[in-house]
Amino acid sequence: MERLRRTMLFMPGNNPSMLQNAGILGADSVILDLEDAVSLTEKDSARILVRNAIKSVNFYNSEVVVRINPLGTEFGYEDLDVIGRVKPDAIMVPKATEADIKSVSEKLDKIEEEEGFEKGSIKLFALIESAYGLENVYSILQSSDRIIGMLLGAEDLTADLGIKRTREGEEIFYARSRVATACKACKVAAIDTPFADMEDMEGFIKDITRAKSLGMTGKAAINPRQIDTIHGVYAPTEAEIRYAQRVMEAQEEAKREGKGVFSLDGKMVDAPIIARAQTTLNTARLAGLI
Amino acid sequence: MKNILGREIPEFVEGYGKVKPFGGAFNNLGEVTKKEVRVKSAVPGETKVLSTIREAIEKCNLKDGATISFHHHLRNGDYVLNMVLEEVAKMGLKDIKVAASSIFPVHAPMVELMKSGVITGVYANYMSGPVAEAISKGLLKNPAVMHTHGGRARAIESGDLHIDVAFIAAPTADTYGNINGVEGKAACGTLGYAIPDAMYADRVVAVTDNLVPYPACPIDIQQEYVDYVVAVESIGDPKGIVSGTTRITKDPVGLKIAKMTSQVIEASGLLKDGFSFQTGAGGTSLAVAAYVKELMKKKGIQGSFAAGGVTGYIVEMFEEGLFRSIFDVQCFDLKAIESYKNNKAHQGMSASMYGNPHNRGAVVNNLDVMILGATEIDVDFNVNVTTGSNGVIMGGSGGHSDTAAGAKLAIIVTQLVKGRLPIVVDKCTTVTTPGESIDVIVTERGIAVNPRRTDLIEKLKTTNLPVMTIEELKKIAEDMTGKPEKIQLDDEIVAIVEYRDGTVIDVVKKVK
Repeated sequence: MERLRRTMLFMPGNNPSMLQNAGILGADSVILDLEDAVSLTEKDSARILVRNAIKSVNFYNSEVVVRINPLGTEFGYEDLDVIGRVKPDAIMVPKATEADIKSVSEKLDKIEEEEGFEKGSIKLFALIESAYGLENVYSILQSSDRIIGMLLGAEDLTADLGIKRTREGEEIFYARSRVATACKACKVAAIDTPFADMEDMEGFIKDITRAKSLGMTGKAAINPRQIDTIHGVYAPTEAEIRYAQRVMEAQEEAKREGKGVFSLDGKMVDAPIIARAQTTLNTARLAGLI
Repeated sequence: MKNILGREIPEFVEGYGKVKPFGGAFNNLGEVTKKEVRVKSAVPGETKVLSTIREAIEKCNLKDGATISFHHHLRNGDYVLNMVLEEVAKMGLKDIKVAASSIFPVHAPMVELMKSGVITGVYANYMSGPVAEAISKGLLKNPAVMHTHGGRARAIESGDLHIDVAFIAAPTADTYGNINGVEGKAACGTLGYAIPDAMYADRVVAVTDNLVPYPACPIDIQQEYVDYVVAVESIGDPKGIVSGTTRITKDPVGLKIAKMTSQVIEASGLLKDGFSFQTGAGGTSLAVAAYVKELMKKKGIQGSFAAGGVTGYIVEMFEEGLFRSIFDVQCFDLKAIESYKNNKAHQGMSASMYGNPHNRGAVVNNLDVMILGATEIDVDFNVNVTTGSNGVIMGGSGGHSDTAAGAKLAIIVTQLVKGRLPIVVDKCTTVTTPGESIDVIVTERGIAVNPRRTDLIEKLKTTNLPVMTIEELKKIAEDMTGKPEKIQLDDEIVAIVEYRDGTVIDVVKKVK
């Protein structure tokens, strides 16, 4: 099913009431987190809680993604085995490498067969948060056809690079560009790193806008209150929608008149402009704006 | 017998009297007669200032069996009720009925006096804390009577509730009995709930910690109503009187409910110039105000008035020109107090003007939209805000029933599940407000419209809001929580829930 992934909302996997309400907050996707949000002593209970939540909680229209622990830890495969069997929409693999993605994918093949799920129905998100991951982003994407998107984790990445993370985000310009381009090449979602400061609304909007301008197709949210703002930035404006509609109308008219090339407001309309108009209208339709 | 809502109530209750069954929200209107008021005329030259509470009690000739009243503007910071009752007990008086507009945890000393027979009756519009718990356990001799804010004013004016002596906590009083609530260290703003007491009690005593030379200015309660003035060290703890800045909730579920509520208001067609609005001080209610504010600004709407217990947030909307006026029965925070003190269009109102159904028209009748809470709401839209899930009294109508009856659109905002319990139930433990006066319930998982409001159902169809029947809403809740077992209560009646018109809408049973 074609869907928007403007927002992916992190929800701690050890908080029952937040899990219960995860689906009503309006995020396109929710990421039920077993990794960073859960302390070592709660890994087991969170895994069970998330499993039961997927079985019993209504997540409405939100896509359900579970971030498992890294495969290198003692929890990773256990997470995968328990969560895979209740069929989330997708699994998010942290610190992903080609080998990790292949291994997870094979494990899912097995689970799907055993449980009688359709093969390949559980999708994957790769979390890019190391220099290695970033430099191999395209080959990671190619490691499994289950992959439907990538999340850039800037905190861990900049730590790995030994550089400072700043509010302006100049240091992740390259990472954003690289992830966005690779994802576009593979036609999967490119999800931007979350923004931590809930008080700095202006900085938040700038951050989303900058990521969007580089081609990131959505953004992770760490607080439900961030959702509307992200959707706001990703929503086509009324003027953009109107312009896209006029482009399509003009194209129809040109077709009727048998014209190959046509112009709108004195400017020539070519294929890229038409493609962009279609994208705009598609986004607007999925977002319920038209 | 059963009243019109099917609630089982006796025809007569020992310690209360004959029961008039509730017959519908607007069934009991028409002409009424107000009671006669006994006034002891002041002699020129005589002073009204007395040195102690005891002297005041003696001068008022308080006797066993008398009813004394208090207002709750000092809320959980109030010292006056305890101070007076302590003296009453010391003087050996018995069988006293306490008519306090509300009772808070600070009033815990009442419990011992209930046990010892000093206090045998309680009238209140709202009660929480040890006194409410003690009443639920059956420690009060006679059933407590729970009024609404407007209903209390009605009961006092009609004589149903006769007050022998009203003790009015006065943040400022002058030597001849003029009172205001805006000056002094225990400033609380308006004194709306004390006004019926002042006008109709046989004797009125102002208890103040800010005695000023005659005349006080401004004057909220005039000298003509006040017999005596007593100066004390302190009438209350400012920390318990006003909350700090009342804040909009940060809870994402609360915000979601608030946003949907604002969309319901918009779709109702009421949001236009002249719009009038009331909301409580809770985080979600304030968030509704915040979303309504956004809409009003976007559409360039100026409302006529905001009413109620008033918060700083409502004052901000008023100061930004979104409302022409405020009707204020009670100030919730310092900002509201300041505004009431300084702005003419921020107008005080008495409890009677606010919500009395038996006067020539209360402010609630002019309300477009009212935002309300609920502990339980049943499939007939009846609401309980009186008892908790364990059957213990933990609130009361306050203005709930009054505003629901008056407003064109009464909206219940609540989480569908609270503390693992479903809020929508088959039958409320206690009915506080009848379903006929409730129009919509908004929860994070769906919106249910009272089937009587076919017009509103049609309007909401044009939105993409998740409108469903209340049965569907109940099912969603029960799918999450299971169906809780009904709590078992004793047969003894510990409180009578009076609707605003004085009829009995329900009774509260003793907890086991």
